[in-house]
Amino acid sequence: MLRFSTWKFLAIVAMTVAAVLVVAPSMLSPSHYEELKSRLPSWLTPPTIVLGLDLQGGSHVTLEVDQADLISTQVKNLRDDVRRILREEKVAISGGIGTTTRGVQVRVADPADREKVLPKLRLLRNSFSGALLGGPSPLDVEASPDGLIRVTVTDAGITDKSRKAVEQSIEVIRRRVDALGTREPSIQRQGDDRVLVQVPGLQDPETLKEILGKTAKLEFRLVADPGQNPSEIEELDQVDQEGKLGVEKQVMVKGEDLTDAQPGFDQQRSGEPVVNFRFNIRGAQAFGEVTSKNVGRLFAIILDNKIISAPRILTPITGGSGQISGRFTVEQANNLAILLRAGALPAKLNIVEERTVGPGLGQDSIDAGKRAAYVGAGLVVVYMLVTYGIFGVFANLALFVHIAFIFAGLVLLGSTLTLPGIAGIVLTIGMAVDSNVLIYERIREENHAGRSILASLDAGFTRAFATIVDSNVTMFVAAAILYFLGSGPVRGFAVSLALGILTTIVTAVTMTRMMIAVWYHYARPTKLPI
Amino acid sequence: MKLLRLAPENTKFPFMRFRRVSYPFSALLSLIAVALFVFKGMNFGIDFAGGTVIELRAKSGAAEVGTLRTLGEGLQLGDIEVQAFGNPADATLRFGLQPGGDVAQQAAVERVRGAVGGYYDLRRVEVVGPRVSNELVQSGTLGVVLSIIAVLTYLWFRFEWQFAIGAVIATMHDLLLTVGFFSITQLEFNTTSIAAILTIVGYSLNETVVVLDRIRENMRKYKKLPTAQMVDMSINAVLPRTIMTATTVMLALFALVAFGGQVIRSFSVAMIWGIFVATYSSIFICSPMLIYLGLRNEDADKAAQKHETERKADAAVAAREDVAEAPVSTPTKSTPAPARKTSGKRAKTRPA
Repeated sequence: MLRFSTWKFLAIVAMTVAAVLVVAPSMLSPSHYEELKSRLPSWLTPPTIVLGLDLQGGSHVTLEVDQADLISTQVKNLRDDVRRILREEKVAISGGIGTTTRGVQVRVADPADREKVLPKLRLLRNSFSGALLGGPSPLDVEASPDGLIRVTVTDAGITDKSRKAVEQSIEVIRRRVDALGTREPSIQRQGDDRVLVQVPGLQDPETLKEILGKTAKLEFRLVADPGQNPSEIEELDQVDQEGKLGVEKQVMVKGEDLTDAQPGFDQQRSGEPVVNFRFNIRGAQAFGEVTSKNVGRLFAIILDNKIISAPRILTPITGGSGQISGRFTVEQANNLAILLRAGALPAKLNIVEERTVGPGLGQDSIDAGKRAAYVGAGLVVVYMLVTYGIFGVFANLALFVHIAFIFAGLVLLGSTLTLPGIAGIVLTIGMAVDSNVLIYERIREENHAGRSILASLDAGFTRAFATIVDSNVTMFVAAAILYFLGSGPVRGFAVSLALGILTTIVTAVTMTRMMIAVWYHYARPTKLPI
Repeated sequence: MKLLRLAPENTKFPFMRFRRVSYPFSALLSLIAVALFVFKGMNFGIDFAGGTVIELRAKSGAAEVGTLRTLGEGLQLGDIEVQAFGNPADATLRFGLQPGGDVAQQAAVERVRGAVGGYYDLRRVEVVGPRVSNELVQSGTLGVVLSIIAVLTYLWFRFEWQFAIGAVIATMHDLLLTVGFFSITQLEFNTTSIAAILTIVGYSLNETVVVLDRIRENMRKYKKLPTAQMVDMSINAVLPRTIMTATTVMLALFALVAFGGQVIRSFSVAMIWGIFVATYSSIFICSPMLIYLGLRNEDADKAAQKHETERKADAAVAAREDVAEAPVSTPTKSTPAPARKTSGKRAKTRPA
């Protein structure tokens, strides 16, 4: 009981000092922290506790690829491909190309024609998704004896497309969010078809949602002239006007050919906010060609299938730059510029979950959590003191180190401290002393049964240890399951709880034992003080 | 210094005798809990039911719940719940899923913002769409089921089967009563409530394991004692610790309820109930189960073999006692030798 190897003692002391050092920077006020950082060498940036969005304020938005939109886009592309193949092979079909929910169907009456197009159609598989070699086919091509050919997108094909859409979206979203100038946004894939965006400390969550929710697919198409073939015309909504406007289906220039877009003001006319853009070489050429051939016609600027404006082409624009005007506010022009610079999302994304906490509420929650922690810890400390006297002091010292260990653990793991996480810490304060209580009560019992002080102390620690491990394992299991299944704030709770359970073994058992050994060595008690 | 003792010393409560009361009582409560769950249901929060919660703070400093309610009803968002809490400037709006999928939920928030935005700041907006809420229900249920399986497995390895069954029945009992508590109080049930339930499961087992550990130990020490008496003795022995720990955890939880704020209040209140139930069940439900399941003291030998390792630990205590005492000359030098040798003697001298 009394003997402690020096290295064990030193290890505990070192751990405690290290824990305090790790935690200390987090406890400083922001200005003091900056000062500390400026004095330390640049390779040593002291890590601090990461506060969850519920504490520092911010937005947590989960976006999901719109399956219906994704499928309809795929079906549309498929239709174009099938039409192209039929045309290339000069195959006649009876009726048009029909679309089903998941694909297209055509009736090819001539068996020889069927034999000609089927292999070509099967080859679509490869262009549909190059990366899916060897996996389940993304496309099903079926031909019935009566001449009906069905090409359908399989579940595997949809999953593959939505996974790719998520991958590309993450990049686009990152560029968009970065443009907002917030610090440390986190953009992650979640499952096959979701993107989780977490942006801390956002003053205006509306702008975030605004720029996340837009696909930002920009197209330049000519407004249809009267008398054009109706099958080549599409009626689209207008942003600033009632009613639809017919535009050609053919896209002349696409948003992906933009190299830059900046908000500005219209110099010549009203001085209203506009977005100035520049094309890359391909875009500039296409734009120059269209505007040269179609002087006098209306040229529609279409964003997400809505016509922003349709200015008349006065002179050929060959310089590769242009201007979008559409009765914008300054903010709208800003957002549009951000969206155009970041590029279009490959698919429509919907917000399926949103949790936004304003900075004021976050600070309130921090204050509430702190108050609860101080009061909770204070009550437990006093209670231990009046129940166990000097042993209570040891337990309380261990409790202090225990809390330092939890925070150090949070800092080192880079884990996020949430409000439920604080609740978890307060709860472990109540539970950490359980180990001390188990030991102390056991010591009392052994002493009452007639053992010497030293023998009671030793038996108390040894016997209680098995129970402490057993009872903490069950709690740890609960925390672990909570961690793997929980999300966000609840995860924070699980981490605090699990850390609390792990550190209690070190603090309540080893550390208390050491303190009692030292105390016994110097005090030489004749009576057990509890 | 006179120290505080909440638990009386050397109690001899005949806990096992209460099993004829506690079992029907708990069975009745569990049935009521199930009935409440089925007929009254839970107040599922937006995490599980889907929907929107918006926390508002009045710019004028005083939230008008009545006006908000009228405004909210005018927006036609279905049942809209307006609540004031804490600060007089604060209020929450809650409404269910809007028909029309994920896009409709966001549109609803926009309408609320348009209607109240001039007078109120939106401090917190939480929108959970239909698919996400379904997934949260699944993962929550999975979590509770998995934790029970995991714990059962652990207990099965660690203890005799009677212990494991007793512990699981006690845990199920606590789970049912906690669910009943959520139903009767209509406390909002959300993902932090799942956290509360799993923590209660953990705590309940913690309590149970402490009692069972002692029962197992005493089973080996006092082989001649009838089971009921031996169980009583074990519970009485750990009673001071049980009371101490329940009190410290309660102190921490009361601090959370009083100061922790709105978001975690339902968690803390549920935990307080859970600690209470878990303490009760470890004494009155789990331990008597051992008698019903026919745990006989003759099994003690087998148990002793199964837990060879602990015997070694005991032996280590004994060995170290001798060493440790040798260099220290204290007045208690002549204390009895290690427990193992004197266990028979102590059984007579100790209150049983």
